[in-house]
Amino acid sequence: MLKKCAVIVAALALIVAGCSTEGSGATSATTTDAPTTTTPVDAFPVTIEAGNGSVTIDSKPERIVSISPTSTEVLFAIGAGSQVVAVGDQSNYPSEAPMTDLSAWQPNVEAIATYDPDLVFLSFDPGDVIAGLEAIGITVVLHGTAFSVDDAYAQWEQTGAATGHLAEAVQLVSGTQDRLDEAAAAVPVTDDDVTYYYELDDLYYTTTAASFIGQVLAPTGMFNIADEAPDPDGFGYPQLTTEFIVSEDPTMILLADTKCCAQNAESVAERPGWGTMTALRTGGVVELDDDIASRWGPRIADLLETVVAALVAMESVDA
Amino acid sequence: MNAGRPTATKVHWWWIGGALALTMFVALGASLMGAVDIAPAEIFRSVWSRIPVIGGDNPPDARTDAIVWEIRLPRIVLGLLVGSMLSVAGAAYQGVFRNPLADPYLLGAGAGAGLGATIAIVYLPEIGWGMFDPLPLAAFVGAMVGVGLAYLLGYTVRSGRTSVTLILAGVAVAAFLTAVQTFIQQRESDTLREVYGWILGSLNTAGWSEVTLVAPYVAVCGGAIFVYRRLLDVLAVGDTEAAALGVKPQSLRLLIVVFATLGTAAVVAVSGLIGFVGIIIPHTVRLLTTSSYRAIVPLSFILGGGFLVFADIIARTAQAPAEIPIGVVTALIGAPFFAVVLRKSKGIVS
Repeated sequence: MLKKCAVIVAALALIVAGCSTEGSGATSATTTDAPTTTTPVDAFPVTIEAGNGSVTIDSKPERIVSISPTSTEVLFAIGAGSQVVAVGDQSNYPSEAPMTDLSAWQPNVEAIATYDPDLVFLSFDPGDVIAGLEAIGITVVLHGTAFSVDDAYAQWEQTGAATGHLAEAVQLVSGTQDRLDEAAAAVPVTDDDVTYYYELDDLYYTTTAASFIGQVLAPTGMFNIADEAPDPDGFGYPQLTTEFIVSEDPTMILLADTKCCAQNAESVAERPGWGTMTALRTGGVVELDDDIASRWGPRIADLLETVVAALVAMESVDA
Repeated sequence: MNAGRPTATKVHWWWIGGALALTMFVALGASLMGAVDIAPAEIFRSVWSRIPVIGGDNPPDARTDAIVWEIRLPRIVLGLLVGSMLSVAGAAYQGVFRNPLADPYLLGAGAGAGLGATIAIVYLPEIGWGMFDPLPLAAFVGAMVGVGLAYLLGYTVRSGRTSVTLILAGVAVAAFLTAVQTFIQQRESDTLREVYGWILGSLNTAGWSEVTLVAPYVAVCGGAIFVYRRLLDVLAVGDTEAAALGVKPQSLRLLIVVFATLGTAAVVAVSGLIGFVGIIIPHTVRLLTTSSYRAIVPLSFILGGGFLVFADIIARTAQAPAEIPIGVVTALIGAPFFAVVLRKSKGIVS
C-alpha cells in the first residue's frame, strides 16, 4: 500500500486524495490547473485541501512563519527555507531555521502577525488561532498530526505546492519512501518472532502498531507488545504495566524518551526488575531522538534506519 | 459531623483485628494477581528464598523472580505505605481543623507538590542529574513550601484567627500555586503528559528504593499522629475546652499538621497525587465505628493501606496489560462505596 501509493504520487504528482487513509481527513493537493505531466509545475494561485479546509495561496509566499516543528523540517527539506522568516520555539531542526520565541503550544495571533507573514503553518489550532490570523488576512495551512505515512507524504506535497517547491516535495516523498524501502529490505530474516516495546516516557506510556510511529516501524515486521493492550481511547497510546513489559521480554526496547526523561540503556538496566531483560545484553536497547520520534517529517527515514541498524547489529552478534 | 464529644472512646479489639485481616487478605490477593500469570508456588518460592537462615534456596527462574520480587511486591508494599499515610493524614487534618472536608492536600500541600514536580519534570532533566531523580525531592520541597505559605498567611491574620482562617489561607495558596503550575505546564507542553501522569498518580514504576525512601517518613509521621490520637479527641471538643485541659491548641495543631504534611509530601513524591483516600477512609471508619480518634487513627492507617492496594489491583489488572491511573480508580470505586456507607449509617456522628 505504502509503496504503491508512493508510485502513484510520483507519477501523478498531485492528485493523492485516494491514497490518504480513510478517516484521517486533511489531505489532497490540487492546483487550479492541474498538470498532467510527470514533471510537477508550480503555479499560483494554488488550492490545497489542508486540515483547515480548502486553502488558496494566491502567489508564491515569501514571508512564511512555521509554528509546527514538522512543517519547519519539511520546508527546509524542500528548499523553501529561504522563504521562511520565523519558526516557533519548538522548531529546533534544522539548525539554520530562524527560531524565535513564538510559542508552538499556545500560538499567539498578534505575536505571529508582527512577522508580517504571507503564509503560516500550524500543526494544531488551540483557541481559534486560525480564525484570528485569517481575520487579519493571513493565509494559514493546518497540517495536523499524521495518522499514516501517506498522510505525512500528502502534507509534504501540499507544503511543496503551497510554497512553489512541488518538484522538490515530490522528490522528498519518493526519496523518503526509497529510504524506508531500503531500510525495510535490510531487516534480517529470522525465524524468531521479533518484538518491540516503544517507550514514550518513563511512566511506560507507549504506542501501538496503529499509531503513526507504529506504521513507520511496520516494514520491520516486528510485533509491538502493546498491541495486546486494550486501547479504549483509540489513539494508540496506552500505559503499560511494568511486569508485563518485563515478562514479554521484547527483542527491542526503543527509547523515545532520551531527551524528555533522560532515559538511556543504563537507566533502563537500573529499573527494578528490568535487569533480567534480554535486550539489555544483546544491544536491543535503542536510544532514539525524541524529536524525530514525535514528528512526521522526513527524518522518519532516520528513525527506521536507526532501528534497522540495531536489528542488523543484533543479528550479526547472534550469528 | 465535626465537633463534639466522641461517640465512644473504647477501641474494640475486633475492629483492629478485622481491619488487619482485611488488609492482609487484600495484600495477599494483590501478590497473586497481575498482568502476568504467576503460580502461587513460584511467588512463595521467590519470597521464601529471601528469608535468611530458614529460607529456601530455590527461587524461580530469574525473570519470574524479578517480576515477583522487584516489581510486584514493592508495588504492594508501597501501596500499603501510601494508602496508610494519606488516610491517617486525612484523619489528622479533619481532627485538627474540625472540618470533615479536610484532606491531605489541604493547605497547599498537594498544589505545592504538584508545582515542585512540574518544575522537576519540565526544567531539571536539562541540567543533567544523571541517575538521581530530582522529582521526589522537588515535590517534597513544594509541599512544604505550600504549607509554610499557608501557615504564614493564616497566622498573619490579625483578628478572628481560627482553624477556618488557616483553611482559607490554604485555599488561597493552593489556588495560587496551581495557577503557577498550570502556567509552567502550558508553556512547556512537550512534558505535558508526564506532568499529568504524575498528577493522576501511579505506582507503576515503584521499586524497593521508593519503599525505603518513604517508609521512615510513614513510620515517624504515622507514629506521631498515633501518639496524638487522644489529643485529637480533645481538639475535637473545642479550643477553649482543650486549653482548660492544659493543652495548647495552636501549637498542638501546628505540630500535628507538620507531621501529617511531612508524611503526605513524602508519599506524594513517589506516588503522585492520589486523591480521595484521605477523605473516604477516615469517614468510613467514623461511620462504621466511632468518632473517637483513638479508633479512627489506627483503623484509618490499616484500612487506608488495604484500600489503596485494592484500588491498585484494579489499576493494573482491569485493562491489563495497560494501566489505569490509580487516582481514577480510587475515585471510581471510592465514591460509590462511600455513598453506600453514608446512606446505611444511622447518623451516629452527625
